[in-house]
Amino acid sequence: MGNLLQGYVVPGAVMIGEILVIVVPVLIAIAYLTYAERKVLAWAQIRKGPNVVGPFGLWQPFADGLKLLLKETVIPSGANRVVFIAAPILSFGLSLLAWAVIPFSNGVVLANINVGILYLFAISSLGVYGIVMAGWSSNSKYAFLGALRSAAQMVSYEVSMGFVIVSVLLCAGSLNLTDIVLAQRKIWYCIPLLPMFIVFFVSVLAETNRSPFDLPEGESELVAGFFVEYSAMAFALFYLGEYGSMILMSAMTAILFLGGWLAPFNIEPFTGLGAHLWGGFWFALKVAFVLFCFLWVRATMPRFRYDQLMRLGWKVFLPLSLFWLVLTAGVLVGMGWLPT
Amino acid sequence: MIVQAICFYLFAAITVASGVMVIASRNPVHSVLFLILAFFNAAGLFVLMGAEFLALILVIVYVGAVAVLFLFVVMMLNIDFVELRQGFLQYLPVGVVIGIVLFVELLLIFGAWVVAPDVAKSIAAPTPSPTTVTNTVALGQLLYTRYVYVFQAAGMILLVAMVGAIVLTLRAREGVRKQDIARQVGRRRAETLEIVKVRPRQGV
Repeated sequence: MGNLLQGYVVPGAVMIGEILVIVVPVLIAIAYLTYAERKVLAWAQIRKGPNVVGPFGLWQPFADGLKLLLKETVIPSGANRVVFIAAPILSFGLSLLAWAVIPFSNGVVLANINVGILYLFAISSLGVYGIVMAGWSSNSKYAFLGALRSAAQMVSYEVSMGFVIVSVLLCAGSLNLTDIVLAQRKIWYCIPLLPMFIVFFVSVLAETNRSPFDLPEGESELVAGFFVEYSAMAFALFYLGEYGSMILMSAMTAILFLGGWLAPFNIEPFTGLGAHLWGGFWFALKVAFVLFCFLWVRATMPRFRYDQLMRLGWKVFLPLSLFWLVLTAGVLVGMGWLPT
Repeated sequence: MIVQAICFYLFAAITVASGVMVIASRNPVHSVLFLILAFFNAAGLFVLMGAEFLALILVIVYVGAVAVLFLFVVMMLNIDFVELRQGFLQYLPVGVVIGIVLFVELLLIFGAWVVAPDVAKSIAAPTPSPTTVTNTVALGQLLYTRYVYVFQAAGMILLVAMVGAIVLTLRAREGVRKQDIARQVGRRRAETLEIVKVRPRQGV
């Protein structure tokens, strides 16, 4: 009996505790990202944004959440019920699943697996299923069109994202996220791999269906795209999933190109023991910066036309990232800089 | 160990069950979704064997790309599977023969391990134990170092197949208005604009 307790119950409880320690802050961050988006857009458009609920409108995300929770979930009569309900759950679940491998600071990671970057890439490429399933099961033309657009879009941009990741891997010499961050101690990869950094950021925008690539939603042509038939909590789950994957992709950008938890300058108190304390702070700051860029782009750019989106993905980004990958490999081999 | 065994039977049972559902379900979209579930659980089995690289590549390539295209096509085309099942009995013998051949081959491979355990040692390039190198390194050494020419040849064959598929489906349609960005950017004012002085009461 004691063996069972020691062997399974205690480690299981610890594991659930660790998961909660990661998931709860992520959920709060998602809530405040919606608030931040509304505030940033408001500032960009010289408005005030949410400012009624609580001081500076800070309770607004919770008020919105409560409202959506109390509303009625409507399931269209022609819908495929099981798939219809599974789609938002999948969408939201996937955006939380990937946090298992994100290193928040040196050694502060739930699962330090050897193929962490592949895990992240796999999870992000699964995001399309929530959208496709929602679009198909809604039994609605607008939703279906949104789903088809999103499937083609995400598959297209994944290819160049893969090449970008491979060129980062060549420089770092490891698939482990902690090792990739530690390999950037001399220089963050956004400097030597600047074109790849830009390609990656734009691909991330397309992968998360954010403006200017928000064609799957395209409210001016498809009403709301793939989630037009969803209401109440099911809708909220899509919303949370989208913002969750935005934060996740920002974290991925920070880890691959902006040096993860590393401090931008090696001075006291950021070295030695201080590095551990400050790691989470720098990581959060970098993620917040990338997220701000997401919102900034949304406030600035008009939506792409669909053929332009495909052209950018296949005819510009794919050749560019392939060329840069070969160039990176060539330089690394030629100069003897290959990591062992 | 018990947890590992439970996980194995769970993954294996779901893989087999969803494999059956792929061919049994009436709705083609459900078939593809069950196929994805089967891929997932196969990836889980790979992880249990310590082949985490293969598991994630399976998820990225098959679930993330191939199955998306399957789903895309199935959703777009509205295939009637009941109609496709018409000739089921007619093709059954062929399917059974292929199944038996594959089964016998699997038996031969695994049977060889059981009958002659030393046979694994006579492999030309044995995989190093997973405890010494990560399986990413092991696969890399096998594919890119030892069997690099075979690997390149496989790549060439795939490239040729891809070019062939594109050539077969490529057609130049008449009357399609395409955006030519180079021409748009490159054109001068003199080529497109003409300034006409319009006199009152005379028109252009």
